[in-house]
Amino acid sequence: MILDAKDVHKSYTVAGSRTDVLRGVSVLLSAGESLALMGESGSGKSTLLHLVAGLDVPDHGKIMVETQNIAVPSDTARAELRRSLVGIIFQQFNLIPSLRVDANIAFQAQLAGRYDAQWCAILAKRMGLSDHLSKYPEALSGGQQQRVAIARALAAKPALILADEPTGNLDEDTAQTVLNLLLEITRETDTALLMVTHSAKHAGALDRQLTLRSGAIN
Amino acid sequence: MGAGPALRALLSHWWRSPLQLFTLLVGLALATALWSGVQAINSEARASYGAAAAQVDQSQLAQIVSNNEQPLAITDYVALRRAGWLITPQIVETLELNGETLRLIGVEPLTAPALQGSFNIQSIPVDQFFDGSGFALVAKGREAAIEALGWDYNVAPNLAQGTAIADIGSVARIAMRGDTLDRLLVLPNNMQDAAALPQSLRYIAAAQDDGDIARLTDSFHLNLTAFGLLSFAVGLFIVYGAIGLAFEQRRTMFRTLRALGVSLRLLITLLIAELLIFATLAGLFGILLGYLIAAALLPDVAATLRGLYGADVTGTLQIRASWWLSGLGMAVGGTLVASIGTFLRLARLPLMDAGTPQAWAHASRRIMGIMGLLGIVLLAVALLLSSLAGSLVQGFLLLGCLLIGAAFLLPWTLDRCLAVLESISRKALPQWFWADTRSQVPGLSMALMALMLAIATNVGVSTMVSSFRLTFTGWLDQRLASELYVTLESADQADVMRRVLADDVKAFLPIVSAPTVLNGQAGEVYGVNDHATYRDHWPLLAQAKGVWDRLQDPATAIINEQLALRAGLSVGDPVPSAEGQEIIGIYSDYGNPAPQMIIGEASFRALYPEVMPLRFGLRVASDDIERVTQTLINEVGLSPNAVANQARIKALSLGIFEQTFTVTAALNILTLSVAGFSIMMSLLTLAQMRLPQLAPIWALGVTRAQLGRLELIRSVVLALVVTCLAIPLGLALSWVLLAVVNVAAFGWQLPMFVFPKSYLILAAIALLAALIAAAWPALRLARIAPHQLLQVFSSGR
Repeated sequence: MILDAKDVHKSYTVAGSRTDVLRGVSVLLSAGESLALMGESGSGKSTLLHLVAGLDVPDHGKIMVETQNIAVPSDTARAELRRSLVGIIFQQFNLIPSLRVDANIAFQAQLAGRYDAQWCAILAKRMGLSDHLSKYPEALSGGQQQRVAIARALAAKPALILADEPTGNLDEDTAQTVLNLLLEITRETDTALLMVTHSAKHAGALDRQLTLRSGAIN
Repeated sequence: MGAGPALRALLSHWWRSPLQLFTLLVGLALATALWSGVQAINSEARASYGAAAAQVDQSQLAQIVSNNEQPLAITDYVALRRAGWLITPQIVETLELNGETLRLIGVEPLTAPALQGSFNIQSIPVDQFFDGSGFALVAKGREAAIEALGWDYNVAPNLAQGTAIADIGSVARIAMRGDTLDRLLVLPNNMQDAAALPQSLRYIAAAQDDGDIARLTDSFHLNLTAFGLLSFAVGLFIVYGAIGLAFEQRRTMFRTLRALGVSLRLLITLLIAELLIFATLAGLFGILLGYLIAAALLPDVAATLRGLYGADVTGTLQIRASWWLSGLGMAVGGTLVASIGTFLRLARLPLMDAGTPQAWAHASRRIMGIMGLLGIVLLAVALLLSSLAGSLVQGFLLLGCLLIGAAFLLPWTLDRCLAVLESISRKALPQWFWADTRSQVPGLSMALMALMLAIATNVGVSTMVSSFRLTFTGWLDQRLASELYVTLESADQADVMRRVLADDVKAFLPIVSAPTVLNGQAGEVYGVNDHATYRDHWPLLAQAKGVWDRLQDPATAIINEQLALRAGLSVGDPVPSAEGQEIIGIYSDYGNPAPQMIIGEASFRALYPEVMPLRFGLRVASDDIERVTQTLINEVGLSPNAVANQARIKALSLGIFEQTFTVTAALNILTLSVAGFSIMMSLLTLAQMRLPQLAPIWALGVTRAQLGRLELIRSVVLALVVTCLAIPLGLALSWVLLAVVNVAAFGWQLPMFVFPKSYLILAAIALLAALIAAAWPALRLARIAPHQLLQVFSSGR
């Protein structure tokens, strides 16, 4: 099992008022499998994704990625797990504006000590970025930037890809192209994919769908 | 692991934003340059004093001199030694050799303190030193002068500039002194009582800490250090601004790095490493710049210290570890201090929160409020200290509270002013303009604070200098009332002078003085006769009724301001001296560190019958000055050097005075330039961040040229408000310098004059600087490509 999240709880207190965002959510995901996480705004999708990514820690519950518990209190430990186990794709792309496209793609792999120039070149080619490697992100269109972000997430050959509405900022055609590429490569590389999306059409392209409502699986 | 790519990513920001990197590096380099330049001057000057003190020391040892201003006889020395006094003889002769002035000090080698303590005595060829063939320890640069004497020598790097030390017998022969000595230095272990000295000899106690040259020069250096520190603070404002902006621009990158697996600890470590690299590079460059500044200013400082305090400074700069290490330390330390806030924000940066410029603006507004409160507290402390401060440290604390308090209050004040303008504007564009200007205050606050401090310092120092200049010029006119001043060789020559010039000179005013002890310090007592010159001109600060009529009474005296302030004396009190005369007047006596007292001529004669009047002030009609001068030289037989023209003395004194402030004036200009640079760089950096705010305005129909013009107006408006606030702050600074720091440091208070015209000129310069600073960013905005503005609306943003 690549992802084994059990009974995950998370709450926030804002202005003295406590909100339970996740209430005992459990998710299982095996290698090469893709899962669409759906739900209304505020249902807890992004929070779950952030917890799985080790960007935050749950109040209660266990989150295992491969054989590692990513829900540990130490920021340093979570950062180390994150860089080697997980690839993240953001809705806003979040590329590093001061690095060229090739450096952006290689970045996380280098960080994790898993840089493979050939694999990065393959990814760039598959993403249609070969002619743009020496450009800065600002010179690319939104769809191209998202493809750079996907290549970056895959470059370190992580076991799990987490995508937070990766097509939310793209037009329909571009979104479909980007999604197809993402699914294609994750399946080829036997990488698990957990994707947050509002689009039922896009969710339908994935192996399974899961809907969250008020912090619990519907 | 992973540090390399992360560091590369962080550094890539600077590579892509070279202007911002330039701002950071230049800000830091300028700050370090100003600081290390001042430190270089200070350390060079102090090293020179150290050398002077290491020579045969006079100020730190008690001395025995003749009571009648004549040399001592060698028999006096022998008699005192036989009576058990631990003393060492000394003669000093100034020679002109090969066009160089050599101060040749004759010492008794076995007992002279300098040879005991300061030099490697083993290196001196003792036989040669004693055998009369001539041997000297000479300061670097005077070797040729010693060679001209036909003597052998060793160069002693510790010796003060222009000085040589030789056996007293050799010096006596060169100077044809026969069996006379200048002074006997009393060695520290002496147990004999000064009261046991014969009447013909006078005991002068060692200089006290309160009144000696070291204290005065320390004050001078403290002033310089304060200015250096202020300049450094202005530079640090730039660094703080640059680091803060870089943080905001990289906020998304930090979040991405964290999301991709860079831990907070690693991120902070890398950022510190990045800053240390910059601080070291900029610091080294700043030290180089500082060396150049110091080398340019040191000759003026040397002239000032020599002219005002008699302290000898070489005027040439050496690279000393003390100042360059302190410069580097300040650069690195300052950068880390300036970045603490950024690191705290980074540590609290929520990993999932999409930090926006608006969030930053809100946070900045909160910080502005806190700073405003802190500013009010500091100003309250300054107000309290203004009535309590009595020491130099308290004076500088007051200065610090005043300046930092006002700087902290500035952003909040600006924010409030702009909010009022925004609320009273009715049309859309002006309303947007004020609101937008207000939104820029947090980003510009550091640069504006720097500008305010620079203007205030300029106003403060120029007010102080101009007040000093007015007072000093007036004082010179009063004190140097006689047209000619002469120094005679004998009483007979005085008789000849009176006879020859009886018809040409309106009055012969003898200037007689004797060393004395006043308030426990070595001082001087003068005797004056009753003449209208004193009644009309002498600069009295406080006086009893009929002061000049009463001064000839042996029970009265007038004292200088320094003595009055240090001993807390006023008119009616007794003089703290052996005689304890009643104080009937206090006079200003600028430039003299020692206590002084004036008594009537008859009283002086009674107390010091052995002192012959050999110096005179001559009152002469202005048309007769040249003729009388020639008569003094040709018929009385005076050397040209013995006749001083009042106008020449005034010119010389004013010249020395002007040099005193060359350094602070130069630092002022540099500080103002740094502040102007800071504004320009802040505007340039902000310009990139402001596109999302400007693009909609452009889209709604305001042209790019209009936006550019508005940028210029904005800069001038902000500079105007800052200048209006800086001028009263500068006047307050000036008051503190004149009424608190000056009194504590030098012992005299100066009246404060206000110079509105020069403030207006300064305000115009500040506005011009702001206009020039804004010109580049405004031009860039006016010429920005439309597609750059359109990008703001694209989905990718």
